[in-house]
Amino acid sequence: MNSLTDAFFGAFQLILRADPTLLSIIGLSLQVSVTAVAIASILGLALGSLVAVSRFPGRGLVIAVLNATMGLPPVVIGLLVYLLLSRAGPLGAYGLLFTPTAMVIAQVILITPIIAALSRQTIEDAWREYREQLASLGVRGASAARTLLWDSRFSLVTITLAGLGRACAEVGAVMIVGGNIDGVTRVMTTAIALETTKGDLPLALSLGIVLVLIVLAINILAQSLKSFAERRYG
Amino acid sequence: MVDLAKMTANLLPVALRGVSVVANQKPILRDIDLEIIRGTRTVILGPNGAGKSTLLRVLHGLVTPSSGTALNVTSQPLTDVQLRAYDAMLFQRPVMLRTSAFNNVLYAAQHVSHTNRNDDGEQQAVWEALRAVGLEGIANRPARVLSGGEQQRIAFARALVRQPEVLYLDEPTASLDPRSARQIEDCIQRAASSGVTIVMTTHNLALAKRIAESIVFLHEGRITETTLASQFFLQPESTEGRNFLEGEAI
Repeated sequence: MNSLTDAFFGAFQLILRADPTLLSIIGLSLQVSVTAVAIASILGLALGSLVAVSRFPGRGLVIAVLNATMGLPPVVIGLLVYLLLSRAGPLGAYGLLFTPTAMVIAQVILITPIIAALSRQTIEDAWREYREQLASLGVRGASAARTLLWDSRFSLVTITLAGLGRACAEVGAVMIVGGNIDGVTRVMTTAIALETTKGDLPLALSLGIVLVLIVLAINILAQSLKSFAERRYG
Repeated sequence: MVDLAKMTANLLPVALRGVSVVANQKPILRDIDLEIIRGTRTVILGPNGAGKSTLLRVLHGLVTPSSGTALNVTSQPLTDVQLRAYDAMLFQRPVMLRTSAFNNVLYAAQHVSHTNRNDDGEQQAVWEALRAVGLEGIANRPARVLSGGEQQRIAFARALVRQPEVLYLDEPTASLDPRSARQIEDCIQRAASSGVTIVMTTHNLALAKRIAESIVFLHEGRITETTLASQFFLQPESTEGRNFLEGEAI
């Protein structure tokens, strides 16, 4: 019981005195996750929109694959990216393994299907509702797509925030491709895993608290945004 | 409201010749011949499932006929998206964008090419359209939180701002309370008075009587009669029409 209390006490001390190691890990975590989510949002929203408003042979299969890839095991993604980026792999020459870039790549692969699948459903629902009205107004193609995306913006931001939450909480893939190198690729989740095994519970716990707070803040933000949009725009 | 002098005869008359529509192997419209003449007020009547809404969508170019031809005065197919600039449609349940009432109407104004308006002209046209439907006072309110009647009037303003030659109305008062329905009817009457051609479907026979010059009666996807409204309501030519008016199952 004492060690648990000590761990919490130590954790809060680290947070309150803005421990440089703690801040560096948090900073890198956010940098990697936000970059990954930004790229995944561009790819995922484009893919989701395209599948939502297009009709082509095999569309059902594409949707099934998109939905299935939402549940891809992070360690498998990590392994695949590792094989791609390792010296013997097809992208080995770029020397990206064990860098934040590798971690971004892994997270992009992990999050893009989530954003694509969820945005596909959102945009398809909007398309079903708006299609006749837009066609009646002579709006089509890119202009119709822009209208759908803009009108679904609050749902899509919520989806993107869900992707950010997933990215921040992810450990398996970034551990494999980042290598958890101190000061280089160590992020909150990998640091928590390491410090726990080393027995440095205050640092692990402080990181855990910050991580939970970030994920909580993201979810509160998503919920608030949704409520605001419903009140403001119906 | 609409300056007919500024309009060119780009759309009307439109003519359907032998039009059939099949959906999921089920015939919706069968061998339809119909002509819509400039400045007329036509009401399409018929029981549920007769194909009224589909016929309206064919005329508006939203549905491509499975067979037959649906052409405008210059023999362009009605599905040609360029023709959307010259007509407008009011749906039973209008779709409002997640923005203000004003911006909903502005959006429609921005997507019509034949009016050649600049930005100021568009804003002016939006205010005029909102005034015409009596909603200039709530222009800045979010459209989606307005009542059903107000939303339908916003949709009407959205149609008016396009300066249509022809206005298609698909049961425009079906889900409205009597007061809102009356307001929409007033809007229709004013549009008709200003020279806009009206084509409407409705189940409201009183409304049809007040609006229609001619009646097109549909039964199981076929036109069973096309006649003057005064004649139809006095003595329909077809058995289906008579049964419909008497409220009997057809």
